[in-house]
Amino acid sequence: MRKTGVAIRHPVNINSVETVLEVSHLSVQFGASRVLSDLSFSVAKGSSLAIIGPNGCGKTVLFRALIGAIAFEGSARWAPGTRIGYVPQKLDLVRDVPITGVDFLRARAAIGREPPANVSHVLDLVGIPPAIAEQPIGTMSGGQFQRLLVAFALLGGPNVLLLDEPTAGIDELGQERLNELIHRLQLDQGLTVLFISHELSIVYRYASNVLCLSQARAYFGPPRTVLTPDVLHELYGTQVDYHIHDH
Amino acid sequence: MTIEALLLSIAMAVAAGLTGCFAVMRRMALAADPLSHVALPGIGVALALHIHPVFGAVTMLFFGALLVWAVEDRTRATTETVIGVVFSAALAAGSLMTSGENLIEALLGGGGAGALGWAEIMFGFAAAGAIISFLVSYRNSLIVMLVSSDVARTAGINVRRLNLFYLQMFALTIALGLRYLGVLLMGALIIIPAATAKRLARNLDGMLRLAVMLAVLATLLGSWMAVWLHRETGPMIVTVSAAIFFISLLRRPS
Repeated sequence: MRKTGVAIRHPVNINSVETVLEVSHLSVQFGASRVLSDLSFSVAKGSSLAIIGPNGCGKTVLFRALIGAIAFEGSARWAPGTRIGYVPQKLDLVRDVPITGVDFLRARAAIGREPPANVSHVLDLVGIPPAIAEQPIGTMSGGQFQRLLVAFALLGGPNVLLLDEPTAGIDELGQERLNELIHRLQLDQGLTVLFISHELSIVYRYASNVLCLSQARAYFGPPRTVLTPDVLHELYGTQVDYHIHDH
Repeated sequence: MTIEALLLSIAMAVAAGLTGCFAVMRRMALAADPLSHVALPGIGVALALHIHPVFGAVTMLFFGALLVWAVEDRTRATTETVIGVVFSAALAAGSLMTSGENLIEALLGGGGAGALGWAEIMFGFAAAGAIISFLVSYRNSLIVMLVSSDVARTAGINVRRLNLFYLQMFALTIALGLRYLGVLLMGALIIIPAATAKRLARNLDGMLRLAVMLAVLATLLGSWMAVWLHRETGPMIVTVSAAIFFISLLRRPS
């Protein structure tokens, strides 16, 4: 059993050493329905890629393909040595189990043969007090639990974070703090971040590039170039009025 | 009860308590029962061939667990349909193949009073040892997989393989309880102590320890009461176990 890292489908040399992920002609099909069609994009080391699009357009499916959880056509090449930390949107677990935050993190640390001190370190990084971490996960607030998932993703020494709507179900202040936390971690640790979001303001603020998935086609590029009113209209169906505030 | 029978029933209870913790957290409580039914046709074939019933049961449980694993990747509805149809059919087929005393014994246990053969003792300890050491050594991977199989994948865990191993250990735990509890009741000794522990424990270690203690307590107390009240051992063990669960309901969940 592999102890750390993620299955790398095609460990080949990628032309530019700065490229962490190179996706070409990626398609996913479930039975008769094609969820993702002919996606091509790349992610540079240390950058942020936002993935946006209406519900059901395949954002989570793309993440699951990238971590090797589902089959796809085309190729998704991670740079050699890539270690992924993943924050899923949906858990398999009902949160009524007597597993504490610390139990959960210790299990992950043990798999990666990391010292138990790393657990306190990541809890400190995401700002969860030890007393909260010793509580069963069901008693944590939405914001605390999302922070716990980020702490979990940070174990194993990742250089790439995949975040599937990390701020969903959290109040506005909590969202702000979590976004700032992720941004700070990215800068401090030189992480590459791929995140799924519904918040255009977050996309403008943090993303180097944006991948817009819609039924018709996909758009990829810097937010200010890609997110034209026409594209937003195509994505969300209604006229999205968005003003960019330059600070 | 001889000393080896006593030790064997304790080993069985420890394995059941530990297996149950993960089954309850994986929400497998309802699947436990039908999966155990698949042992019955195996027992029928074994009796017809004059080999020890436990080996027939183990073989069928192995294939039963393999079937559950194979359909688990599909939708949940498919899994439930397969479990509902295949395993109930297995119970019916097994009942047709076995009859009288043998059927009652296979379903509800009761072989506990008879002498234990060496083959059965060796199988029992080897199986309990395998189950306990699997769960202890894969505990961390099982916990991570429990929370999210996608997260487990990025942590380098082979999710499909670990799922298969767990289901096989679960099936082996059922086989282990055949002599004392029978195929219908062993599912209950796996699930009930773990469900009680889940209600009462505050962390993972607490749940695992408590489930083991409750399973052992129910087995010993149930076996003793069965002798004292001249009743079958299996139903008595499960009744004691269920009684402890109901008492635990008196405590409000924190």
